[in-house]
Amino acid sequence: MQQTAKELKAALAQGKTTAAAATAAYLEEISKYDGVYHAYNSINTAAVEDAARVDERLAEGLTGLLAGVPIAIKDNIATENLPTTCSSRILEGFMSPYNATVIEKLAEAGAVILGKANMDEFAMGSTTETSYTGITRNPWDENRVPGGSSGGSAAAVAAGLAPVALGSDTGGSIRQPCAYCGLTGIKPTYGAVSRYGLLAYGSSLDQIGPIAHNVEDCAAVLSVIAGYDEKDSTSAEGVQFDFAAALNDDLRGKKIGLPTNYLGEGLNPEIRAAILAACEKFTELGAEIEEFEMPMMEYAVPAYYIIASAEASSNLQRYDGIKYGYHPESFTDLEDLYLTTRSEGFGFEVKRRIMLGTFALSSGYYDAYYQKALKVRTLIRQAFDAAFAKYDAIISPVAPTTAPRLGESLSDPLAMYLSDIYTVSVNLIGIPAIALPCGFDSENMPIGMQLLGKAMSEETLVNLGYAYQQHTDWHLRTPELKTELNTEIEMQKEAE
Amino acid sequence: MEIDAKMVEYVAELSKLRLSEDEKVLMQQDLTRVLQYMDILNSLDTSAVQPLTHVSGVENVLREDVAAGSFGRDKILQNAIAVEDGCFKVPQTVE
Amino acid sequence: MAGYKNTGYEVVIGLEVHVELNTATKIFCNCSTEFGGLPNTHVCPVCSGMPGVLPVMNKQVLEKAIAAGIATNCTITQQCKFDRKNYFYPDLPKAYQTSQLYLPICRNGYLEIEGDNGPKKVRIHQIHMEEDAGKLSHDAKSGSTLIDYNRCGVPLLEIVSEPDMSSADEVLAYLEKLKSTMEYLNVSDCKMQEGSMRADVNLSVRRCGDPELGTRTETKNMNSFKAIARAIEAEIFRQIELIEDGGHVRQETRRWDDEKGVGYAMRSKENAHDYRYFPEPDLAPINISDEHLARVAATIPELPDQKQARYVEDFKLSAYDAAQLTRSRHLAGIFEQTVALCNLPKEAANFLLGDCMRLMNAEGREAADLTFSPERLAELLKLVAAGTINKTTAKAIFEKIYAEDIDPVAYVKENGLEMMSDDGELDSLIAGIIEANPKSVADYKNGKKAAVGFLVGQVMKATKGKADAGKVNAKLTELLNK
Repeated sequence: MQQTAKELKAALAQGKTTAAAATAAYLEEISKYDGVYHAYNSINTAAVEDAARVDERLAEGLTGLLAGVPIAIKDNIATENLPTTCSSRILEGFMSPYNATVIEKLAEAGAVILGKANMDEFAMGSTTETSYTGITRNPWDENRVPGGSSGGSAAAVAAGLAPVALGSDTGGSIRQPCAYCGLTGIKPTYGAVSRYGLLAYGSSLDQIGPIAHNVEDCAAVLSVIAGYDEKDSTSAEGVQFDFAAALNDDLRGKKIGLPTNYLGEGLNPEIRAAILAACEKFTELGAEIEEFEMPMMEYAVPAYYIIASAEASSNLQRYDGIKYGYHPESFTDLEDLYLTTRSEGFGFEVKRRIMLGTFALSSGYYDAYYQKALKVRTLIRQAFDAAFAKYDAIISPVAPTTAPRLGESLSDPLAMYLSDIYTVSVNLIGIPAIALPCGFDSENMPIGMQLLGKAMSEETLVNLGYAYQQHTDWHLRTPELKTELNTEIEMQKEAE
Repeated sequence: MEIDAKMVEYVAELSKLRLSEDEKVLMQQDLTRVLQYMDILNSLDTSAVQPLTHVSGVENVLREDVAAGSFGRDKILQNAIAVEDGCFKVPQTVE
Repeated sequence: MAGYKNTGYEVVIGLEVHVELNTATKIFCNCSTEFGGLPNTHVCPVCSGMPGVLPVMNKQVLEKAIAAGIATNCTITQQCKFDRKNYFYPDLPKAYQTSQLYLPICRNGYLEIEGDNGPKKVRIHQIHMEEDAGKLSHDAKSGSTLIDYNRCGVPLLEIVSEPDMSSADEVLAYLEKLKSTMEYLNVSDCKMQEGSMRADVNLSVRRCGDPELGTRTETKNMNSFKAIARAIEAEIFRQIELIEDGGHVRQETRRWDDEKGVGYAMRSKENAHDYRYFPEPDLAPINISDEHLARVAATIPELPDQKQARYVEDFKLSAYDAAQLTRSRHLAGIFEQTVALCNLPKEAANFLLGDCMRLMNAEGREAADLTFSPERLAELLKLVAAGTINKTTAKAIFEKIYAEDIDPVAYVKENGLEMMSDDGELDSLIAGIIEANPKSVADYKNGKKAAVGFLVGQVMKATKGKADAGKVNAKLTELLNK
């Protein structure tokens, strides 16, 4: 059931459907397709009743871009009425005693939660294969990954199992699955959206953001969830995005930087061609494209993984088996409870990052690794500040390849980390970026690009993305879905 | 940076992770590879650079000292491993 | 032999003192800090470390920390941050304590104390803000530990001194000074019994003249000043004996059992001290402007030392009395209000340091818990000064003021306790007593001057204590010498 939030809002306004009927239809689609794609970890069985209450509010005059719109929520965002598991065994069945701020904002706006979307365990991964609840399949090709870590959110939208979704982006976790699934997503400025209730991975990097079919829907979701929150000390005051004025295709006077070193070795040539084609399109639309060299590129991934892992090693210490989540059936003493809980509760990729982060903070190595990474982060920011002094935005690939096949990525952690080369700088320095489809490769897999802007320049990015989508149709394409897996073909392929 | 087996054990102990022998070997390999790659950072002279810990520039976020009502003990304890007398219960700690 | 108590050894002591701030709410959430309450009833997702929560700093904690820093002569770190201290323990729900390592709020201060050899400065290395942990209670029967997070997140200041103290007496003088300073600032109640003030003692000994510092131990778990003094004495002699017997002091954390009067080493994990501190990403940095500092400095009240000097100067009190009165802000407050009402500083000091202290000590009350009003005490002192009642009567009435805050003027009137002001009546009474006690009169005249005391007693008895004993004595002596 491929429709945008805007189309659904139009249908609601015309009385062609109700929020309850639309929600029921999505639940129907989920029951039909999610067996194959596994976009969801849990389904809100009360969604239709929730939607019926929104219908009452609509009848009483509730307005707003998301009133009556169903939405999928990444499973690292705290919800009182549905489990919040981070796709980890250590949080199996965990019921949060409170709602994340974004959940409260969505409820107030009349959005209807369909369920919690699958993800890489604790958002650590770029394929959704590290999930304890099982892999998610890419709706464009069920034998490929949807990307990650917000792979479930992206697969849900791409498969039409939700019109829009919330993801989170610590190092590209919204943008990269959007690129792999032919979707649009925004990683907001650090501090623009409250992190209260987002189960932390890298606290200084994490942001919640929207995933949708197009820029306009993303803007609608972001305008609802953004804003100052007194419960989040890193929340920026006075955030009030007004995207209405940005939804036009006038790009005159806009200057976009194209970092040529981003298009060099290691980038799939089809992606390179798609990015260059997008640049041409922007030129056609009146923007000016200028090539430049973006320094510090090779230092972003190491700095990012040190900082993210260090923060994660601390953030994940609270999972000790005492207060919530998984705990072993038997243990001999407190130390054994800690060790058994964490060893059985965390998957290997999570352990790897905890170990990496603990090492980077440990006595004797803090200065050489953690402190060093923080200093490099300063240099990266200086490089971007210099670029944004010249450009309204920077255009870049999202990932070096299109979606890889299932099972190809996890065995080589370094290669997996390096595939984040285009996305992590954004998080290190807290700037916003929008990812959107800009082509398809020869195997009919989506290609994404991203536009990076300076802090709080979301309106500019929305303007650029919206204009692009007014004159391209990549975002309108939808995949053909399967209702069951052809295991024979899969097994044949494996045999080959 | 080369990670040896002893370092793997030390870091695992700090992290409260119990690794199997196979996992220790794999962890040692992976961490060594990743950290060796990270040593690329050492090619940058950062002696005059300040570390960047907080990117948003927000400062002095302070709240008024006014108490709110109780949150509700049952919700705090609802996911606990064990509860006794309104407390979380764990195996005896040693002094 | 020189050195500590002629042992030939010098003692080097530094203290880490934790004081709980008396704010209404916890440091990072708006749960109440109220003492007591059923387990886990002053708890929310933030202070119980639920997944996804974030801290928000309490403004009053910052204000009080700055005030404490100014009052202890520290430099305030105007760009300060919090850090995470990582370790696993069930009383710490996030498995990290939000504290300050790299940029503590106060540095390089000192307190002046009366040391073993005269006035002395004890330097303060730093003061930092942090959160308290929860309370663990051990249930031996079931072999389990119960966790209550009510205290978890209560704001603390950790005040770290340099190793500048060299005896238990100096430690107590420092702690007394710290306690009264914090009390004056209204920063903390500093009640050791309730755990709102705790001290860890870092102690080492070395032979006199030895340039190298000895290996130090850290002793925890003392819940009174007396226990601290006992623990220090015991640890000094334990270390000296160890060294004298040819052994070495091990660097370790020790726990003091005050009931048994012994300390013992705590079991510790080898890697327990790699805390992996790093800047807390969830809290915004704090930037304290010069104006802000000046604003807090302006709220610092007169501190004990200044008050003491003023009492000596203005009220002509002895240095000792002034020091005693100013130890507690509450006692000094009662004193000053009383003097303002009656202008009888010496008399007020005598009552407060004499009768009042005696009653407080008997009950184990603190000055903060006194309930009588200065107005009553001032009225009482005026009654004495005017000669309306004598001192014995005044003492008896003070006990009633102390306990029930009675009105002394009304009480004296109701109970007819005024001294005899009619000299004629007194003269005839005295004449009667002389007549009735010829033997005493004879004794006196034969040189037993003490006999007059008996006669005074007889007069006082006849007046039911309402005569002025001094006046009676004078009149009697005059008559007997005729």
